[in-house]
Amino acid sequence: MKQIAISQLGQLLDAMAARQTLYLPVDQGKTAQFNRYESGMELSKQLNTSRSAKDLFFPQVEHLADFQVEGTSITVKPRQQQEEDFILFGVRACDAKSFEILDRVFLAEPQDTFYAARRSHATVVTLACGAPEETCFCTVFGIDPADPAGDVTAWLTGEKLCMRANTKKGEKLLAALPLLEDGGEQAVVAAQAAIHAVTDKLPLKTLDLTGFDGEHLMEKFNSPHWAQLSESCLGCGSCTFVCPTCQCYDIKDFNTGSEIQRLRCWDSCMYSDFTMMAHGTNRPTQLERFRQRFMHKLVYFPANNEGIYGCVGCGRCLKKCPISMNIVKVIKTLGEGER
Amino acid sequence: MQEQVRAKAKALLESGVCDRILAWKTGEFFYDVTPAVFTSVEEIDRDLVYNAFCGANLSKYLIAESRKGGKVGAFLKPCDTYSFQQLLKEHRIRRENTYIVGVACEGMADIETIRAAGIKGVTGGDFTGETLTFETLYGAKTMARAEALAERCKFCKSKKLVIFDELLGEQGEEQDVGRFDEVKRLEAMSDEERFAFWQQELSKCIRCNACRNVCPACSCEKCVFDNPNSGVENKAAASSFEEQLFHIIRAFHVAGRCTDCGECSRVCPQHIPLHLLNRKFIKDINEIYGPYQAGADADTRPPLLTYETGDPEPRRGDAG
Amino acid sequence: MQVNGQFQPTIVAFCCNWCSYAGADLSGTNRLQYPANVKIIRIPCSCRLNPMFILRAFQRGADGVILCGCHPGDCHYTSGNYFARRRMTLLFNMLEFLGIERERTRVEWVSAAEGAKFAATMNDFVATITRLGENKRLEDLRCKSK
Repeated sequence: MKQIAISQLGQLLDAMAARQTLYLPVDQGKTAQFNRYESGMELSKQLNTSRSAKDLFFPQVEHLADFQVEGTSITVKPRQQQEEDFILFGVRACDAKSFEILDRVFLAEPQDTFYAARRSHATVVTLACGAPEETCFCTVFGIDPADPAGDVTAWLTGEKLCMRANTKKGEKLLAALPLLEDGGEQAVVAAQAAIHAVTDKLPLKTLDLTGFDGEHLMEKFNSPHWAQLSESCLGCGSCTFVCPTCQCYDIKDFNTGSEIQRLRCWDSCMYSDFTMMAHGTNRPTQLERFRQRFMHKLVYFPANNEGIYGCVGCGRCLKKCPISMNIVKVIKTLGEGER
Repeated sequence: MQEQVRAKAKALLESGVCDRILAWKTGEFFYDVTPAVFTSVEEIDRDLVYNAFCGANLSKYLIAESRKGGKVGAFLKPCDTYSFQQLLKEHRIRRENTYIVGVACEGMADIETIRAAGIKGVTGGDFTGETLTFETLYGAKTMARAEALAERCKFCKSKKLVIFDELLGEQGEEQDVGRFDEVKRLEAMSDEERFAFWQQELSKCIRCNACRNVCPACSCEKCVFDNPNSGVENKAAASSFEEQLFHIIRAFHVAGRCTDCGECSRVCPQHIPLHLLNRKFIKDINEIYGPYQAGADADTRPPLLTYETGDPEPRRGDAG
Repeated sequence: MQVNGQFQPTIVAFCCNWCSYAGADLSGTNRLQYPANVKIIRIPCSCRLNPMFILRAFQRGADGVILCGCHPGDCHYTSGNYFARRRMTLLFNMLEFLGIERERTRVEWVSAAEGAKFAATMNDFVATITRLGENKRLEDLRCKSK
């Protein structure tokens, strides 16, 4: 365990940024976003960023390749992948867990090389949650906000920032930061106890996921409740785009006039043109689209991934949905009295 | 007010005046209420809420609900009635299939504003008085109701219910509370400053389309931005131009029809002040073509669907 | 675009089929010169101009966009240009509100008989945009030719 006085946080961030590009949550108006660190920037005090940390590995738009057409020949020019190491600082426990879920999608064969390159070049420094909010339910998925994963775990303990390396990469990073001094174990234990005192009071901690598995797939799929749950859904993509585990994308070509750019961009199963292909018969109504999103997270994903849910309980969709329909309401409605 | 709304909803169902009721449904917390359709007295008793967080504009739902057959009763706030009347004018809602209960409004509180004021982890409280009291994970907190209001309610243009079959509470009046002040502040800036302001704001856009989908004026069957054959459909917002294009066109398409209900800014997950674009159009229309309020009446032609032969020419930049 | 180190603006002129498009023709037959920077797009009426066309012209590399239509009162379809006038008034105000230079957009009424006015208008507009410089605020970098 290493530690440093909070008053020296700026120097520590400068030291990290001097080694590698550093990304951290900073305040931007009312919300916080992961931004590239420049000296003088302050770490956001908000519990979570508006968009999740998945942006750093799976950005909203990924430039895959360019095509140049000359006469009858087409030259394909692949775009450069991540080649430099970078540090991702201040990731919360829920977002750190979401990386494991995204890994299962993008690192399975055939591997997504753009994602893999970003993952392999990143050192993730997580930060234990100071003050969980009522929308948090990560504990339901076995996540401990007081002890997040990542290459390095950090805690803000009043006057100190304490850091613990979890992996070789993490050890290497901490070893390269001479500002740090040994110690902090006691403070971390106290900080964890304080966080657990709050998580014990979280209103959503008793959420029951019993019955959300491959065994009950048809039962859940055919539930009569979907109609009522989806009736006020506006079909926007807010929930999808702020979600740390949503991983669907579309591939679009853009003609610049001199070449074709191939872009991979986030897509949302809530959109009417999601998975629209030549047959023209993708999911016809918002009911099917809405059902797909939650069936994917709560049933299909665990059925294919040893019971791991496609949700980490970060609570972003609870805060961002324009009409306050969210995964918690779905779990409660479909879970109760259905078994 | 909740008791009045519930009683009215039940009476409308029981008397057979309405087959369905469009109102707000309780959530996990006090603030996450969802627009919902109720068909039985039991559902109303169990789930119907009307509190200081019923901000969603129900008029948009009436486009679909009024076409389903049977009669739908809806509880509309003053700003919702403007949207409703505007949609009637555009023949988007079947009036004969609706029964409107106008609900007087004191302004809706906004949970994001409350959170921004440092009141976090809220689990409950009392929101009926002038001072809101909150129970939070970190102890009890209070906030003046006036402080907790949504931005659009702080600058409410009218508490008047412009169309209804029945009224709950007192009819209100139009009011002038300086809703164009922020537009004027931006207008007073230099081009460079305004450009920087909007680049900063629009760069936050994640193209989730919430502003468009929630907008009662955005009622096209298929939006040009969702049409792959339009040439502008682009989920890959790879250039800042994409956001400029989307937001200019979104605001322009509702110019003269936007009632300034403020839903676009309420739902923006990135807190982009999108209503300022709409208000700029409203302000210009008022100044150039005379005062006009979309949805205020059933007859006046919208300013972009009419003209005067003596209209001024577009101002030229080089001529000052 | 830069030609021999000098800025040469790209101008898109949307011209009504019934007046200014013929006006452009007339300026040609009268051997009146206007710069080759102007790319004319014919539209059936000034009212046909969707705001999207203007924005996309800027995206695709225009430095200035001008709309030419029939004089108020002379619209081939009676009133199209009156509607266009309202729309452009509001749209140009909005572009300015977003910090985009007011000079980049213009409306001019040019009849089929006004070949001289067409050439003068284009000369003046090209000169204005040349002074103003490249469109940087409503550009799509992807479309800048390489």
